[in-house]
Amino acid sequence: MCGINGIAALSRQTKISEEDVRSMLPFLAHRGPDGSGVYLDPSQQVGLGHTRLSIIDLAGGAQPMHNEDKTVWVTFNGEIFNYLELRKTLLKDGHSFHTHSDTEVIVHAYEQYGDDFVQHLNGQFAIALWDNSRRRLLLIRDRVGILPLFYTRQGDRLLFASEIKALLPQLSEAPRISPTALDQIFTFWAPRSPNTLFEDIFEVPPGHILALENGCLSESIYWDWRFPEQDDYHHGSDADLAEQLYDLLADATSIRLRADVPVGAYLSGGLDSSALVALIRRHSDAPLKTFSIGFEEQSLDESVFQKQMIEHLGVENSRILCQNSDIAENFPATIFHAETAILRTAPTPMRQLSGLVRASGYKVVLTGEGADEALGGYDLFKEDKIRQFWARHPQSEWRPLLLKALYPYLETSGAQAKSYLQSFYSIGLDKPNQPGFSHLPRWFTTTQCKVFFSEELNSRLRENAVDRLTEQLPIGFDRWHSFNRAQYLEAKTLMGDYLLCSQGDRMLMANSVEGRFPFLDHRVIEFANRLNPRLKMRALNEKYLFKQAMKSQLPRQILERHKQPYRAPDIPAFFSSHPPAYVTDLLSEEKLKRYGYFDAQKVGFLLKKAKRGSSIAYKDNMALVGVLSTQLCHYFFIEQFSQTASQSGSSYLSLT
Amino acid sequence: MKKTIKQYILENLLFTEDESAIQDNDSFLDGGIIDSTGVMEIILFIEETFGIRVNDDEMLPANLDSVDNLIAFVQSKQAQAVAA
Repeated sequence: MCGINGIAALSRQTKISEEDVRSMLPFLAHRGPDGSGVYLDPSQQVGLGHTRLSIIDLAGGAQPMHNEDKTVWVTFNGEIFNYLELRKTLLKDGHSFHTHSDTEVIVHAYEQYGDDFVQHLNGQFAIALWDNSRRRLLLIRDRVGILPLFYTRQGDRLLFASEIKALLPQLSEAPRISPTALDQIFTFWAPRSPNTLFEDIFEVPPGHILALENGCLSESIYWDWRFPEQDDYHHGSDADLAEQLYDLLADATSIRLRADVPVGAYLSGGLDSSALVALIRRHSDAPLKTFSIGFEEQSLDESVFQKQMIEHLGVENSRILCQNSDIAENFPATIFHAETAILRTAPTPMRQLSGLVRASGYKVVLTGEGADEALGGYDLFKEDKIRQFWARHPQSEWRPLLLKALYPYLETSGAQAKSYLQSFYSIGLDKPNQPGFSHLPRWFTTTQCKVFFSEELNSRLRENAVDRLTEQLPIGFDRWHSFNRAQYLEAKTLMGDYLLCSQGDRMLMANSVEGRFPFLDHRVIEFANRLNPRLKMRALNEKYLFKQAMKSQLPRQILERHKQPYRAPDIPAFFSSHPPAYVTDLLSEEKLKRYGYFDAQKVGFLLKKAKRGSSIAYKDNMALVGVLSTQLCHYFFIEQFSQTASQSGSSYLSLT
Repeated sequence: MKKTIKQYILENLLFTEDESAIQDNDSFLDGGIIDSTGVMEIILFIEETFGIRVNDDEMLPANLDSVDNLIAFVQSKQAQAVAA
């Protein structure tokens, strides 16, 4: 993978300088440590930059790259996994290639198919394409949002880059944190695409093309998660459908093993990564190296299951042990890379893990992300199913008790569980058909963290985040099965806006490691979306068809184990001994008041509670991680703007 | 006792000193003041502060879900202890 950047003129008179385009490159060096390049169009209307992590065609793949007559130029971050097949077709159509890279396929596919070329790509990508004859720039992101692409207007110029930090040297002043984004983060766990944490800095949403022509920007959508009208599902026996799913997954995995460097895999010990490693083993002869995280905190550790799979498949494995103290120590760097406020610490160990991959001499890992969204694995889907079932008989005392299977800590006594369950999970029960029903308990709990917002921040909030989201749902959403609606919301909010970026790309690329996601192959998603929901969740058995498809490949213990969500040590990890200096500094009354986002007195009480070390509730955890990460973002990107933008400050490292 | 309970609730659940932030009969659940793990916090607090033990069958909103309910519950537990 790589870093891309560029600047385009929004008016005829504006000229782009090569030096300005180059000034952005050092901020993307971690994404592409193997080389860099810049293309400036002769009329100085556009400049494209690239930092390279070489994986395919190591000798010939330098970028930006052009077509035969140099009228089309492209800078590209990602992988086109079906490039061999596309290349063959394009050669037949008369195109001539001068490299063996997947990038060149993009140039010729665009010539052949126009904007529709993107429909022919199977892969993960962020692309900037300059069509000199039409004087037109396209910014394109892959279907589900695996790779990032940010942009902003700066006077008469459009700036774009793989990471926000690369925009900084071209901004005349520090960006501002957006109240709307904070509201969304403290509701959905992340800003809603196209928003970022910062005002006036946006991302190209997944599945979208942003076109710049004659100084005007226009956006179009080329792909989205779509579900059939109810009852219009795949026909066929369970066994046939399981076989089709298996074949698709096997192919999605095989084409993701294409690389001119060795490929590894993450192994968490859960069903998805275990299935993935089994698929790789079955469809590749190369020795496979796997990478795992263990936790000092026993309740989070999955080492037992990891060992089982390592032995079962005979794969090599390297592991890191995440100590509680690692979380606090590495958190500032996590936030510097994530470039947003987050409510959980879970990205931090993911960056340690990619560090291990890099140190082991690997640049590419396959990972199991996306199986839960596409094939129906999350507890939230069960919760929704039970709540739907309960809503049909709201007076039932027995129906809500099914929730106890999901949340073992509710398993104390019948009376206690019943009354509390009814209060916590009955939200919206009178309208089970409302959009967002599946996510109401999560969103409601999360928004309680907004109690820490300062009066000033509250006074700048204009709209309700949930209302706004439900207004923006696709046409036909209300005719989808409730299970599919929950899947859509999960894929578009948590996965696209948080898991694949803050916890995914940014933590991988911090150590120059490329992640590949077979379960997010669009053919897998499109097939899965047409499965009857009962094949995703049979009664309360999650990912039913997927388990059927994989059952001959995996040990029973893995197939039948209780799903454990990936989590990292939260707030107690910051306060178990003496909190690091940056925590005390950024959560001081003075800094809280000066930055202005949070109520200093309320945060003071929360801090006291955290320091006391007594039981700290789930939402207090989220609130404190959210406050601390917002403060860190302000520190790096606003207070230290000039140091960060000139790369002179190592301040964030000295903070730890 | 009322002062201790109210102050605990204000500082630890509402994160404020402002007494008007909650009425004594306001439900913690309805206001979203506690989440599903917050109940444990309240139980821990009254057990540690007032030397009582909350039995499983007493973990009910009627006992725990407002300042008034908490006071009444703690008082009745203490009275039971004296009677015993």
